[in-house]
Amino acid sequence: MDWLTTVDHKKIAILYLWAGGLFFGIGGLEAILIRIQLIKPMNTFLDAQTFNELITMHGTTMIFLGVMPVIFALMNAVIPLQIGARDVAFPFLNALGFWTFLFGGILLNLSWIMGGAPDAGWTSYTPLSTTTYSATHGVDFYTIGLQIAGLGTLIGGINFLATIITMRAPGMSYMRMPMFAWTTFITSAIILFAFPAITVGLVLLTFDRILGANFFEVGGGGNPVLWQHIFWIFGHPEVYILILPAFGIISEVIPTFARKRLFGYSSMVFATILIAFLGFMVWAHHMFTTGLGPVANALFSVSTMLIAVPTGIKIFNWLFTMWGGQVRFTTPNLFAVGFIPTFTMGGVTGVMLASAPADFQFHDTYFVVAHFHYVIVGGLVLGLFAGLHYWWPKMFGRMLGEGLGKWTFWTFIIGFHMTFFVQHFLGLMGMQRRVFTYLPNQQFDLLNLISTIGAGLMGVGMLFFLANIFLTSRKPADAANDPWEDGRTLEWTIPSPPPEYNFKQTPLVRGIDAFWKEKTAGHKGMTPSEPVGSIHMPSATILPFLMSVGIFIAGLGFMFSRDTFSSEALSFLFNNYIVTGLGLLITFGSMLMRSLYDDHGWHIEPEELEGR
Amino acid sequence: MTTAHAEAVNGTLPHEPEKATLEGRNKVLAFWLFLGGEAVLFGTLFATFLALRNQTNEGPSANELFHLPLVAAATFLLLVSSLTSVFAIQAMHRNRPALLRSWLLVTVVLGAAFLGLEIYEFSEYVRHEEFGMTTSAFSSAFYTLVGFHGAHVAFGILWISVLIGQLVRKGLTVVTAPKIYVSAMYWHFIDVVWVFIFTVVYLLGKVG
Repeated sequence: MDWLTTVDHKKIAILYLWAGGLFFGIGGLEAILIRIQLIKPMNTFLDAQTFNELITMHGTTMIFLGVMPVIFALMNAVIPLQIGARDVAFPFLNALGFWTFLFGGILLNLSWIMGGAPDAGWTSYTPLSTTTYSATHGVDFYTIGLQIAGLGTLIGGINFLATIITMRAPGMSYMRMPMFAWTTFITSAIILFAFPAITVGLVLLTFDRILGANFFEVGGGGNPVLWQHIFWIFGHPEVYILILPAFGIISEVIPTFARKRLFGYSSMVFATILIAFLGFMVWAHHMFTTGLGPVANALFSVSTMLIAVPTGIKIFNWLFTMWGGQVRFTTPNLFAVGFIPTFTMGGVTGVMLASAPADFQFHDTYFVVAHFHYVIVGGLVLGLFAGLHYWWPKMFGRMLGEGLGKWTFWTFIIGFHMTFFVQHFLGLMGMQRRVFTYLPNQQFDLLNLISTIGAGLMGVGMLFFLANIFLTSRKPADAANDPWEDGRTLEWTIPSPPPEYNFKQTPLVRGIDAFWKEKTAGHKGMTPSEPVGSIHMPSATILPFLMSVGIFIAGLGFMFSRDTFSSEALSFLFNNYIVTGLGLLITFGSMLMRSLYDDHGWHIEPEELEGR
Repeated sequence: MTTAHAEAVNGTLPHEPEKATLEGRNKVLAFWLFLGGEAVLFGTLFATFLALRNQTNEGPSANELFHLPLVAAATFLLLVSSLTSVFAIQAMHRNRPALLRSWLLVTVVLGAAFLGLEIYEFSEYVRHEEFGMTTSAFSSAFYTLVGFHGAHVAFGILWISVLIGQLVRKGLTVVTAPKIYVSAMYWHFIDVVWVFIFTVVYLLGKVG
């Protein structure tokens, strides 16, 4: 019950981690099934429809429900601590963001047991995703599930922006913020300006499918390419929403284990801002083959290639940070160091794809599949593993085992390269993505076999990680404040896991890497910026959970509003929007309660802080 | 800081009560950010409308459909309501809760009148012009863009009404002041969006 009502950012982080981990597991199993189907030519393990549903749900689940929540888990766990805050700016909204994400994800995955999953690919291109070609409710689960989950992400983004702008400890100017705080800040800004576009896109597709609107119906004057524009105006910034937090994590882990400050801090900051800005200028590089014309293709080619410049700056800064440092290869650092070449390979194929004439050859082949898995798995997922191993003791008070951690790293990264490196060549040889099988003797057979074995090895890596978590959870929670001993930032100055108020006294920040600076000055901890006083805490509340349940019910009601049910009563309830109305009533009723009854919170008095 | 909070709630009201507490300042900041997101939302809807506005599918076109006098009247109502919400904030800054409540009430009434005209306009189109959601890509884009704005107005009316109720029960405090301030920001925002709708949808529809 405590978990349903919590507004503590550290507990919400753990909720995000478990929920994201669950969906990541589901998406991973879907990937294994896809690879088993492709292990040999003309395989009959899955039929074409199931395969389509699996690739759609694998992509959608992994992006929106798997990695994004884990990013949010790390942001929630770390950001308030790194900036020296007692909580986020809006603890209530923080909880609301989590619960809407969770119920959106549950709604999307209910499609498996309620008449078929979406089958139009994770991009849901029209006209394939219109009712003409996708007659089941699958795509409705996609549009409405993502709509609800996206709401949660948007709320989270606004919350982190406000938190970083207003809640920084005294002395922590923008240019003294840790890189992970910076990338979270910029990522949140991208979320704020990118997610409303997909909100509109999903609304338009929902209206086309449920209300019979004509946005993408050529017969009614609509334009299917419009969907691609709207989707990618969101979708391209989305990939930077995914990768920038990983850049932030790597920029924390590498300096810690090189015992050197981050090389080129300010260039890192401006590279991050530049990547975010350029990320909004390149969406049409996903659409070179739709016939935009040579001028548009040339412009989008050039702007895409430009992104390689700030990204290259980052790669070299990480290398120069390690140069001459006392590098320790702990598990988090292994993942961080493994990230650099792997991500660079994904970046290089990105520049290849950015060249419009070449893209006409690569488009919709396994070359593209290999590219985006190199940046998302080889980039983001390795970054997340680095971050999870690095901050696990801070989140749970227990160090993950180093032995199993190294097994996780080696099996995962070898499996990863086995799976996806060969897919570059499959693509260049002409194997199309999204096909459920292929004919023998096209030289695809061996490479697909290798790819599937690699996917299995990645699965083994995940099992090592789960075993590590399980074994660690049985040990006593005895991690030190600064378990890696070379911590540089504020989160390592307080106990692991931190008390609910985080900082007994808000610290005074005197430079970049605030804790490291105090250490080099011979101090044991931070200088406080205030006397010990009474600490104001927000009250726990069930309302965020109820609001999300309401939206969930309203979404289901709207989705089935045109269906005929076997029972008269059910048909009546759904067809007259009574279910939808009921759901909205719960949500708006909860909002009204929140508005009418002020939350005065509660206080932790100085006497209670004694001895802690 | 917390005792200052309690004093501010119970004692004299500071000059800019919406910015007197950290919670209040955070709320105003986050609302600006939220409006940034809303701008992208409406921007996407406008782009969609512009892309599809001539795709009439042999149904009514914008030029045949729109009657500017009705829309001009609606525009006038909404613009004046924005002015009255400015008066409300001025009354708040001069710490005159009764005047504040009155101006908010005028704002709500004007908004409701605007919404009434819009509902009348839509029902006329549906009943007499056979112009519904499914008629053409133009009709879908029109109803979605203008309807989204209308839904925002409806939400604003409900929201400000609830705030008037809170003012009656709790009075003007550092807790209620930021709520009123951000609701006024919201109201100005939907007013600005309407100016664009009036230009891009109605005026542009009349000229070609």
